[in-house]
Amino acid sequence: MSKLHTHPNIADPDGFYAELLAVHDGLTKAESDALNARLVLILSNHVGDREILSQALALAARTARAVA
Amino acid sequence: MNKIFETPLYAYRRSPDQDASRPVRHPVVIVGAGPVGLAAAIDLAQDGVPVVVLDDNDKVSFGSRAVCYAKRPLEILDRLGCGAPMVDKGVSWKAGKVFFDERQIFGFDLLPEEGHKRPAFINLQQYYFEEYMVRRVHEMAAAGAPVEIRGRNRVVALGAHDDHVRIEIDTPEGPYELEADWLIACDGANSGLRRMLGLDFVGRIFEDNFLIADVIMEADFPTERWFWFDPPFNRGQSALLHRQPDNVWRIDLQLGWDIDKEEEKKPERVIPRIKAMLGEDVKFELEWVSIYTFQCRRMENFVHGRVLFAGDSAHQVSPFGARGANSGLQDTDNLCWKLKLVIDGHAPESLIASYNWERVFGADENILNSTRSTDFITPKSEISRVFRDAVLDLAAGHEFARPLVNSGRLSVPCVYDEGPLNGPDAPGLPHRSRPGAPASDAPLADGWLMDRLGNRFQVLAIDADAPDRLEEGGIEVEILHLSAEDNPALADRYLGKQHSAVYLMRPDQHVAARFLSWDEAALRAALARATGRA
Ligand SMILES: Cc1cc2nc3c(=O)[nH]c(=O)nc-3n(C[C@H](O)[C@H](O)[C@H](O)COP(=O)(O)OP(=O)(O)OC[C@H]3O[C@@H](n4cnc5c(N)ncnc54)[C@H](O)[C@@H]3O)c2cc1C
Repeated sequence: MSKLHTHPNIADPDGFYAELLAVHDGLTKAESDALNARLVLILSNHVGDREILSQALALAARTARAVA
Repeated sequence: MNKIFETPLYAYRRSPDQDASRPVRHPVVIVGAGPVGLAAAIDLAQDGVPVVVLDDNDKVSFGSRAVCYAKRPLEILDRLGCGAPMVDKGVSWKAGKVFFDERQIFGFDLLPEEGHKRPAFINLQQYYFEEYMVRRVHEMAAAGAPVEIRGRNRVVALGAHDDHVRIEIDTPEGPYELEADWLIACDGANSGLRRMLGLDFVGRIFEDNFLIADVIMEADFPTERWFWFDPPFNRGQSALLHRQPDNVWRIDLQLGWDIDKEEEKKPERVIPRIKAMLGEDVKFELEWVSIYTFQCRRMENFVHGRVLFAGDSAHQVSPFGARGANSGLQDTDNLCWKLKLVIDGHAPESLIASYNWERVFGADENILNSTRSTDFITPKSEISRVFRDAVLDLAAGHEFARPLVNSGRLSVPCVYDEGPLNGPDAPGLPHRSRPGAPASDAPLADGWLMDRLGNRFQVLAIDADAPDRLEEGGIEVEILHLSAEDNPALADRYLGKQHSAVYLMRPDQHVAARFLSWDEAALRAALARATGRA
């Protein structure tokens, strides 16, 4: 079974993070939500592996912080 | 209104049964002469089982209903002797376009595989479909087959017993009673028989209304399935345009939940909507307009002693994917040969339980697909709309997103994987023809494989030695000797990496078991399993 990588894997993390925020600059909440959705779909397709995708979805779902 | 809706196809005639001093017993009574009841009647009668069909009406079904039929049902209809007029009259299609907002985002071609007698899909009005089936019943009856349709016979009460069913029937000349060893309930989604037995029908209602309009127009739109998400002419909703024979076009407009149905059906409301869609100058006439709400649900069990449910009475899906009539035909395809074996005493009554297993499996597959399509077409939450629109935005320029676009996953045949009747599989043979799968067609020197299959158990011996006959417990198995030597389609679909194969085929053209060479003991065991005797 394939296993989701959870060790640090992004070179230049600060640069990536800045770029991630920069594409949202000046967008409304709705536009940002749409961009995020496109990004999820693009990356998901790149990954392709159904098992990895399920593990990633589960990880995202279970790491939610309780919000008041 | 089209006169086909008004012409009685099987007018009420008094039956001698109505004058009998006590209820006459029939081997099989079918309630409902819709597509599914008619298919059951033809299937059983052409196998010599006497059937009486009762319908509370005497005409084709009213209004705009099924238009789209897939290849597998067409093959079943061929087996029933009424595929040809449907395919001749129907329009076959394989391409489509998807629109989002103001623009076309992509076109598709289903690229059907070569080497099949029947096309991937045809469109045909349900009234023609039913008319051709009724005609087939009449032809069979005229040739002496034991089949009869009784119009304006409404079943109003039912008593279920261990070995028979008693029913009360209303007619224009008053009530009478009948008994049946077996009763097939094909009385549609609002099944009264289901209610009479106190059985539930659970599932999901989609809180949405769809305006379905069949319009007659001379138009040069191509014969393609066109689907719109959120178009300018129907903001926030979906729309569909699809061609039927006789210049009739199916238009399907999503309206939302909070509407006044009676108001929306009025021509003065409908015509402007259609003009907004097709353009001000297009000239058209309305053939039929109706408003539907859709549901996805099924009965927990399709078999209740001697009462067998099939078609919409047993399961209901939304129309995206054209799975209603298509799956109903697969129900009776599955049921009738089993019932015949049981009636003839060649199989135990428990064989009928496999109908329940296999067709509940089929219904669940259809409900799953149809629910997913509906959820994509009408997003139920803000975030599901965000993702839906993201898929559509990406699909315009990027092929990768197109498989995620779900405007209806069109009916494909059900494979009974892990089914209770499946026998052994053999390594290296093509996955598509595994036990439980329906046969794939292939061209033969003198016709089509599908035309040689069905209605009895058969062995397909492909480049394998096999005797000329096999008989087991009263069941005669026909042996077909075929060679794939100069037949790449047959080799590809039935041999794969192997050089020979022996397939045991069921009367419904599904694979029961397969081997690399003739093995009599194994074949007898597989036959016993496929007939519920082991
Ligand atoms: C808008 C729309 C589009 C559709 N498109 C498609 C499509 O493209 N492809 C597809 O495959 N399916 C489609 N369907 C579904 C399809 O129409 C149904 O699945 C199909 O008609 C079911 O056939 P049936 O024989 O089970 O039931 P029905 O067609 O409903 O027939 C039931 C029959 O039983 C009779 N009856 C009822 N009660 C009694 C009684 N008590 N006594 C005697 N008779 C009785 C009725 O008069 C009727 O003739 C569509 C449906 C709709 C509404």
